[in-house]
Amino acid sequence: MSVVTNTTTIGAIDAPSRRNTELALVAFAVLISVFAYANVGLALNGELPAGMLGYGLGLALLGGVAHLAVRRFAPYADPLLLPLATLLNGLGLAFIWRLDQSERFQALETFAPAASKQLIFSAVGVALMVGVLIALKDHRILQRYTYISMMVALILLILPMFFPAVNGAKIWINIPGVGTIQPGEFAKIVIAVFFAGYLMVKRDALALASRRFMGIYLPRGRDLGPILMVWAFSILILVFETDLGSSLLFFGMFVVMLYVATERTSWIVFGLLMSGAGAVGVASFEPHVQDRVTAWLDPFAGWGKIPASEQMAKSLMAFGSGGTLGTGLGQGNSDLIGFAANSDFILATVGEELGLAGMMGVLLVYGLIVERGVRTALAARDPFGKLLAIGLSGSFAIQVFVVAGGVMGLIPLTGMTMPFLAQGGSSVIANWALVGILIRISDTARRPAPAPAPSPDAEMTQVVRP
Amino acid sequence: MNKPLRRIAMFCGLLILALLVRTNYLQYVRADELNANEHNRRVEIERYAHERGNIIVDGEPITGSVETTDGDFKYKRVWKDGPMWAPVTGYSSQAFDSSQLENLEDGILTGNSDQLFFDRTLSMFTGEKKTGGNIVTTLDGAAQKAAFEGLGDKKGAVAALDPQTGAILALASTPSYDPSVFAGNSFKDSDARQKLLKDEDKPMLNRALRETYPPGSTFKVVTAAAALENGLYTDIDADTESPLPWQLPQSTNLLQNEGDIPCENASLREALRWSCNTVFGKMSDDLGNDKMIEQADKFGFNKEVFTPVRADASIYPKDNRPQNAMAGIGQASNRATPLQMAMVASAIANDGKLMQPYMVAQRQAPNLDVIYTHEKEQLSEPLSGENAQKLQQMMETVVKDGTGKNAQIDGVTVGGKTGTAQHGLNNSEKPYAWFISYAKTDSGSPVAVAVVVEDGNANRDDISGGGLAAPIAKSVMKAVLDGKK
Repeated sequence: MSVVTNTTTIGAIDAPSRRNTELALVAFAVLISVFAYANVGLALNGELPAGMLGYGLGLALLGGVAHLAVRRFAPYADPLLLPLATLLNGLGLAFIWRLDQSERFQALETFAPAASKQLIFSAVGVALMVGVLIALKDHRILQRYTYISMMVALILLILPMFFPAVNGAKIWINIPGVGTIQPGEFAKIVIAVFFAGYLMVKRDALALASRRFMGIYLPRGRDLGPILMVWAFSILILVFETDLGSSLLFFGMFVVMLYVATERTSWIVFGLLMSGAGAVGVASFEPHVQDRVTAWLDPFAGWGKIPASEQMAKSLMAFGSGGTLGTGLGQGNSDLIGFAANSDFILATVGEELGLAGMMGVLLVYGLIVERGVRTALAARDPFGKLLAIGLSGSFAIQVFVVAGGVMGLIPLTGMTMPFLAQGGSSVIANWALVGILIRISDTARRPAPAPAPSPDAEMTQVVRP
Repeated sequence: MNKPLRRIAMFCGLLILALLVRTNYLQYVRADELNANEHNRRVEIERYAHERGNIIVDGEPITGSVETTDGDFKYKRVWKDGPMWAPVTGYSSQAFDSSQLENLEDGILTGNSDQLFFDRTLSMFTGEKKTGGNIVTTLDGAAQKAAFEGLGDKKGAVAALDPQTGAILALASTPSYDPSVFAGNSFKDSDARQKLLKDEDKPMLNRALRETYPPGSTFKVVTAAAALENGLYTDIDADTESPLPWQLPQSTNLLQNEGDIPCENASLREALRWSCNTVFGKMSDDLGNDKMIEQADKFGFNKEVFTPVRADASIYPKDNRPQNAMAGIGQASNRATPLQMAMVASAIANDGKLMQPYMVAQRQAPNLDVIYTHEKEQLSEPLSGENAQKLQQMMETVVKDGTGKNAQIDGVTVGGKTGTAQHGLNNSEKPYAWFISYAKTDSGSPVAVAVVVEDGNANRDDISGGGLAAPIAKSVMKAVLDGKK
């Protein structure tokens, strides 16, 4: 009796792809969002809103198309990323639509309904994600564009300096006919690509060539160069664009990726020291930043005097009034925050109308996205993929922390947007692209290893019975 | 590379955890504090989101709520006969807070009071619409109407009490205002309020509780009470040792009487009947400042009165001899609110017992359950029953054939005292006309009233307590008596 056995340890049996799980979860996410609409409509007007069907179908279509694209082009992708993003995007649409109904907003001269626009932006975002899945067969292709990415990122970050400041921060560029876009949101992704490519090449030099001093590894002076450059760069953004959020985001992302690449704790120490020094230094002479720090330290002291303080105080009161269970969708007064209630401060509406329970839910959804991203990085088999995935999910986590922490008064307010939830085209489009890249990396990571090439030895090794 | 990745995963987890802790802290630990913050407009929005309870007179609401369409606030307060009831209800404005009963009983009226906790919890389960509770007042609609219409376009105030319980029956002040004109939140409301505030006649001043006047000759009943209580005189028909003219102590000034009246050695009864300044001035001087203060205090002077709306303290001050003599006839630095003089009349009418004045008879929960009922309460006993009856006789003489004839009511015993209080530098301004009185039936006295008219337009010679104020007091007493039948 002769038996042919496979002696390799990796099996060629298909890993479960979990695509059906993903479909069910996407459907669930869409359903929750549709219920949210119904809830708002019933609370405000006592009837189901007329737009509910439109938004519901639109969202279902987006989720469906995205799912089909994943099924077709990234069949082994992480099954949670898409449903979680769909849920946040759907809830965001419901909240924006709810704020559109606010009589206080409608009384403002600058009022324009934002929900329908946001749906279109979401569609563009999903399209971009599908585009990423189709065009990017393998994320490692992006390595080739390391230095081009650097150039693109620089341009994206410098551009807003040539446009007038909006509400005290120069983070917008205005393209006639298209509207304003926030290049920073896209720069986030492009910079992650650059860092991943750069660090993959330089990691050994950064990690190993260091001297031990007082128990920690001090990097060599010349290796400090890049980190100093990024530090200087984020300070420059802070100074010229008065954008505390973006500089924190880029610098944080760089430190995270550097740490992962070099496995040296000393980089984190340096990173924290330098970001602290930079922030304190800039805060000491930049009035825009000073205002926000004052508003953070005692929001109620500036009531009636400093608009930033008053806005902060109103945000805190919105959270407070939500209490444990919230007032119910459509029944809060978070629109009292006024300007930016549907963008930077949309989380206050979540806090007021869904309460502590809803806030914890939403924060955990963000947490899940981040942790699925980190899981993807862990599973990725190539250093570039690992670095890119951790860079993207790390920046996502930092952004969530900085924005949510800002509106909740945990840290000074910085003026970025809650990914997916907040009204804003650039943000939702860029974040869908980010999710697209993560899905691509996770697909590569979870894809079963190709069946081993038939071993030439297999035929030769035979049990020869005497 | 996996070890740092796991650490980053933990770091990201910590970031989310920090947010979770913060949201718990904000929405659970600090929620109450944030909700109670003075800047939190939600408090105001919630406050006007439900129909406010009503203030009730004679079983009928004198207030109401109307729905508004503009702005954050859903309901607005309205008043029936606003100007007439304003001194009782006060105002409640979306933009300018509230006053008096509307303010003091706000918890019940909005339904937010802790006293309504059980009621509120219950309706949370039954799903009833939230509304406020009601305040049932002691006021008598007919008496209030008589007082308000009696004052007419003259400046003045009326306070009427039930001497046996202290229940406030009428509280009128003119000129008045309609609180409805600035109950809302618009520029129109703000303008209307500004206009009221700038008005020289001070329509928003509650003259019955918050304005003190020299009480003039009506204060002589207090001086007489002090004389009887301290044993200076015991027989109201015996001669007093009162020279005419009488020279003020430590002074060369002679105290004058109004006109040529028989005041020399006049008995207490005659002195009150003719309102002899010389007799009562000397009486106050004989008693001395301390005893006068003591007696005035027993009637409620020198202390704020809470009905529960606060009434200003009436003043009988520490003074030197000539000033004390003048204060004994209700001049100099002696000042009293109309409510205070009504309290004086009611204590005498109630055989010497002064009851705590009040105007909230009951508080009702939104489902009309009574959650509070006022128990009558004695404030003090300014004079003995015997002395009170002596004073009653004296006051009844004043109405029967003295200066207070205008207050006579057919078939009813009425006691009263007129007053004409001079004021202004060297009495340059027109005097105030006062009248205090009570009516008496077989079952004791149902009403005591004080009226003051400060009419700048009347001819000086026409101003007298008997002429201007007594008819108003009479119609108020008559309204109460008619209601009792």
